[in-house]
Amino acid sequence: MNPVLEVSKLSMNFGGLKALENISLDIFQNEIVSLIGPNGAGKTTFFNCITGIYTPVSGDIFISSLPQKTEKENICGLKPNIITKKGMARTFQNIRLFQNMTVLENVMIGRHVRTHAGIIASVLKLKKTRNEEKKIVDDSYNILKKTGIENFANEKASTLPYGAQRKLEIARALATEPFLLLLDEPAAGMNPAETIELGLLIKEIREKENISILLIEHDMKFVMNLCDKIFVLDYGKKIASGTPDAIQNNPVVIKAYLGEDFDFDA
Amino acid sequence: MEYFAELFLGGLTRGSIYALIAIGYTMVYGIIELINFAHGEIYMIGAFTALIAASVFNFLGFGQITVFLLATAVAIIYSAAYGFTIEKIAYKPLRNAHRLSPLISAIGMSIFLQNYVMLAQTSNFVRFPKLIPDFEFIEPVAHIIGSSEIVIFVVAAIVMLALTFLIKFTKTGKAMRATAQDKTMAMLIGINVDFIISITFIIGSAIAAIGGVLIAAHIGQINFYIGFVAGIKAFTAAVLGGIGSIYGAALGAFVLGWTESFATGYVSSDYEDLFAFSLLVIILIFKPEGLVGKSTAPKV
Amino acid sequence: MFKLSEIIKSIAVSAWFMFLTFPILVIKVNTYEKTIDWRWKNMILIGIASFFLSFLWRYMLKQKEYGSDKKKSKASSFFKNTVKNPKFYTSSIVLILCLIIAFPFVFSIYQTNIMTSALMYVVLGLGLNIVVGLAGLLDLGYVAFFAVGAYSYALLNHHFGITFFMALPIGALLGAFFGILLGFPVLRLKGDYLAIVTLGFGEIIRLILENWNDFSFGPSGIANIPKPSFFGINLSIYETTTYMYFIMILLVFLTVFVVNRLEDSRIGRAWIALKEDEVACQAMGIDKTKTKLYAFATGAAWAGLAGVVFAAKTSFINPASFTFLESAIILSLIVLGGMGSIFGVITGAFIFILLPEYLRAFSDYRMLVFGAAMVLMMVFRPQGIIKKRRRFYKISDSGGKKQR
Repeated sequence: MNPVLEVSKLSMNFGGLKALENISLDIFQNEIVSLIGPNGAGKTTFFNCITGIYTPVSGDIFISSLPQKTEKENICGLKPNIITKKGMARTFQNIRLFQNMTVLENVMIGRHVRTHAGIIASVLKLKKTRNEEKKIVDDSYNILKKTGIENFANEKASTLPYGAQRKLEIARALATEPFLLLLDEPAAGMNPAETIELGLLIKEIREKENISILLIEHDMKFVMNLCDKIFVLDYGKKIASGTPDAIQNNPVVIKAYLGEDFDFDA
Repeated sequence: MEYFAELFLGGLTRGSIYALIAIGYTMVYGIIELINFAHGEIYMIGAFTALIAASVFNFLGFGQITVFLLATAVAIIYSAAYGFTIEKIAYKPLRNAHRLSPLISAIGMSIFLQNYVMLAQTSNFVRFPKLIPDFEFIEPVAHIIGSSEIVIFVVAAIVMLALTFLIKFTKTGKAMRATAQDKTMAMLIGINVDFIISITFIIGSAIAAIGGVLIAAHIGQINFYIGFVAGIKAFTAAVLGGIGSIYGAALGAFVLGWTESFATGYVSSDYEDLFAFSLLVIILIFKPEGLVGKSTAPKV
Repeated sequence: MFKLSEIIKSIAVSAWFMFLTFPILVIKVNTYEKTIDWRWKNMILIGIASFFLSFLWRYMLKQKEYGSDKKKSKASSFFKNTVKNPKFYTSSIVLILCLIIAFPFVFSIYQTNIMTSALMYVVLGLGLNIVVGLAGLLDLGYVAFFAVGAYSYALLNHHFGITFFMALPIGALLGAFFGILLGFPVLRLKGDYLAIVTLGFGEIIRLILENWNDFSFGPSGIANIPKPSFFGINLSIYETTTYMYFIMILLVFLTVFVVNRLEDSRIGRAWIALKEDEVACQAMGIDKTKTKLYAFATGAAWAGLAGVVFAAKTSFINPASFTFLESAIILSLIVLGGMGSIFGVITGAFIFILLPEYLRAFSDYRMLVFGAAMVLMMVFRPQGIIKKRRRFYKISDSGGKKQR
């Protein structure tokens, strides 16, 4: 079985500064994988590289959206919108919703990539276009229901509480029908109850939608309870990988996290 | 060879003037990332004020040099005052607005000032009094270079040196550089950012006024519309060099001056403005960071 | 009510503005006759006006800071309810339709001509609104596409005898074609650079028209461009004017219809999203360049269309009609009316074009006032006179129904 995402020897520089150095990792179907590391370790840069916002200096990024497919596809250096079309969707650490659009419209934008109406079709509004438009609204509303924020459907996105905004980012990404969902600090700024709810949501997405998940997170308890596999970055290098148990007892990882005395259960 | 020298010096003259205006664009952009569309109008107001002042002083019977110096001083004071006021009215209330808002506001300000001068003065070209005397020592080369051209080079050079000194070595200069890099941080270490922004507008406007007086004296006539084309060209110069950098603005201005001068001299004089606009478009498309600027990755 | 400190502030402002406007407003020199005219009256006027305006300015700034939308006045909610009332809605539409049809028969040729111009600006405004208001791309060279439309009718008619109605679609297509041609290289630039590059392109097109005599007949322009024919019947001047008016009315309806549909479509949503956040848009799988290019080309097509009408209406065109100022006028009317809102753009166009025509004394001050209006709008009401309404979708669990 091929991994859904296989990153091999990925490197990225910013004017001489090595932000990422030879990072390799892979994610298999239906896995929840976490990328952890101290601030500035290069986690978000890694996300930006594999989603096409940055073009990596070297390395390869292979995807195979169907695990039984034998050939894999190199997506390194493609534009972000092409990568989303191929089935990888992401959220942003510093929430980037369309603030002046409604919650429903935000999700409808996510449907853009799976729908087709062009300028002429939109003007003529024939039956096919009308049906597509109706389906966009229905599908988007269903996604909102799945993520539990359907009550806000007609609110302006900027008026949502923080936790709901994070969820809307996830809903919007789900609307693009990804096989792999990339979440950049989804629990940041959430209270403990919201974090637990988020964990359940992520598990549900994996089980019901068959979506694999890669997430960046600082909340260790959240990560340890949720993930099947963890990769640890420090100063742009991968310093460890393994199951949550293995990572918690890895001395290299403990040292990286402010050196000493770090308690993963905190 | 003589024709070449003439074109070369002509380019240098244009370049010096563009540099004087471009500095204002680049300084303002460096600090608040705004294309100050009304900057060309500041230059025009400088020229008009100088014309009015010179006429009044002429009336009072001052000598030619005195009139020139006094008129320039008045133009500098007034342009600086306009620059300061425009920032307070049209840009300061928009510090946190959508990125396009201040630009639209600037365009509005530019239209307003053009029409203000047109209505208050005239829509015709007016003759600019002869302010710069003919120097005797250039007589042997007078067919390729005039005394006003010499004054333009010298003044432009002095202004640029003085500005470099100001920015490099004075406390205000340091505060300006700090504000350009990070406004919030500058505020936290006790720099009065509003004051620094005002100073930037004042200095940029004053320098534009010098440019206005010099070119008006050189060409000999002005109207309310001279700011528009000069402004666009100076902006081209600023972008060409790499907007935000003062050396860049000067470099870009000379490159633009020579391009125009040689292109009109050797290719066709009908398309004078076309060369500048084409250069602007080409630079923005292929090298938007300019000759000395650095490109930056988007922050996500 | 007025504190002393406030009054002192206003006196200071007033003194500052008297100083500031002194040379330009007070002194007027005649360099030929060497006389100086002192206009002290202006200084007094400025002093008084700025004294009072400075109070208003500070008051408005304060209002803006406190957030004026908190207390919606009762009048506006009453207005909303009246508008929502279906009886009122239908009857007002009928009334407006009657007014539109009756207009050329009630008013003089002169008035009808002005109205036709205003309608042309409505089309131009709505076209530019797609680019600026919806997609958020500040295009300062929009008039170039207007010129493309006008010259394509004038030249095609001159050389090949193409008629007005054949030229309409050709003008629109050529406008769109130029939109793509010019848009393709520049659309990856960020906001304000894009604005300047489009300005550059606009000026380049004008300069080419001015200097390439063999192609465009240079600054002297093209005269005797025929008006549209009415099934081969010769019309009197009065009839032609009325005819032009109705053609323009139909074009406005067409434009409103198309823009309304586009706004409410998959593409329109992508435009609005693109205006808000490009990075997020791309992450949602929207092709940034293609979507921007659509907006640019669609906007340019309307300019091309309006250009054909302009050439036919004035029957004479030259490059001087297509300066940056024209682009600025179109931009300011949509800024004034309300960016992104169809009704706002129509309001803006009527205010901009009709007001100065009917207030003749005021027409010299037109650009002065509009320059000031652009600044004041950005400072106090960036959304324009008419604020764009958000779409509202009503959803039942069985499926979505849309409600405006």
